[in-house]
Amino acid sequence: MTLEAKNLQCIRGDRELFSDLSFQLEANQLVMLEGQNGSGKTTLLRTLCGLYLQEQGEVLWDGVPIKKQDEDYRKQLLYLGHLNGIKADLTVLENLRVNSSLAGQNPSDDELMEALDTIGLYAFEDFPTSQLSQGQKRRVALARLLISKAKLWILDEPFVALDIAAVELLQSIIAKHVENEGMVILTTHQEVPLTTGKVKRIRLGNNKVNTNV
Amino acid sequence: MFKAFWVLLKRDLLLALRRRSEIFTVLFFFLIVISLFPLGVGTEDKILKQIAPGVVWIAALLASTLALDRLFSNDYLDGTLEQLTLAPQSLSIMVFAKMIAHWLLTGLPLVLIAPLVGLFYHLPTNTIGVMMLVLLLGTPVLSMIGAIAAALTLGLRGGGVLVSLLVLPLYIPVLVYGAGAISASMVEGLSIQPYILLLSAFMLLALIFSPWATASALKISLE
Repeated sequence: MTLEAKNLQCIRGDRELFSDLSFQLEANQLVMLEGQNGSGKTTLLRTLCGLYLQEQGEVLWDGVPIKKQDEDYRKQLLYLGHLNGIKADLTVLENLRVNSSLAGQNPSDDELMEALDTIGLYAFEDFPTSQLSQGQKRRVALARLLISKAKLWILDEPFVALDIAAVELLQSIIAKHVENEGMVILTTHQEVPLTTGKVKRIRLGNNKVNTNV
Repeated sequence: MFKAFWVLLKRDLLLALRRRSEIFTVLFFFLIVISLFPLGVGTEDKILKQIAPGVVWIAALLASTLALDRLFSNDYLDGTLEQLTLAPQSLSIMVFAKMIAHWLLTGLPLVLIAPLVGLFYHLPTNTIGVMMLVLLLGTPVLSMIGAIAAALTLGLRGGGVLVSLLVLPLYIPVLVYGAGAISASMVEGLSIQPYILLLSAFMLLALIFSPWATASALKISLE
């Protein structure tokens, strides 16, 4: 399984964010997307999801453009953006259940509770999410990672609003996913230590692709 | 696919139950508009019977536009809409679930309250029956056409006004035939069948095209 970007060019308004951007992401790989504010990191991630249409170039999944496979691609994809995608009026457990069902999973209550437990929301499952702190809301969104069977995780600033312990936890979750044949592409300013697998760095602004093996 | 449909439908109904005020806003608006007319034009039996069909439908159209604004905007603001478009199901199915939920919360209450309106306006029993039937056929069309406009104006400032401007002209056929059926039912010897058939045709047409059109509009709005 590979995700490939070929000669991508994205334009927002009349400003070119990046052009001629090509890279490849394979199983057991992590891509760290770097760049200044406004350099197009989020736009690139949204383009890879198919939420934003590139001006030129293609995004390929297993060699086929993502536009052509649609649902097959989305089955393998988990995207977490700036917005948590949780409902303030639902409880923590309901949110997680709805989100994973809509993503095509069918987790049992035990699995859901275990995921919430791991992510540090033990005893909060029946709280309406509107009563949680910003970091806890982020944790509700992140709990999906523990249930998802998607191969490709696209995470936009996943560490925002998390405390130190949660940052470490998330780092280990990401590292574990990469070790299990997973692929991750994320934007962040924090390092994710990996024991196996490759870390690629893509710097937006001058389109440099560095591979650290 | 059907599972996701049910999950989303149940979620939207549950959310509405937790925020009941939103359902009642629409219903009360409908009732207030309906009850203002007799106060304004007088309570004479003949006049009321004559204006009832039009008043009921105009109130229904306005009430249904009132709630359209919220159909997608909450999901848009908290990011759940973005997640829906990335879910491994067809977005049209998801959108259809949202439309059904919207109709159950804003259209169906109007159908159920219709007998009360009939009493206000001295309508005969069989006319009340016809009124409920045409509302049952017509209000889903309102929700479905409205959803397209709500999706098109998503994220725009002043979207609410724009939605009304966009959808009210499109509601005209439903208004004409819906009100026509109620009027016809009060005239001896006139058949209401053509009206019912036309309204059913509108509903089928909306059923086929609107989920697809709404899904496409949402994708554009999210970009």
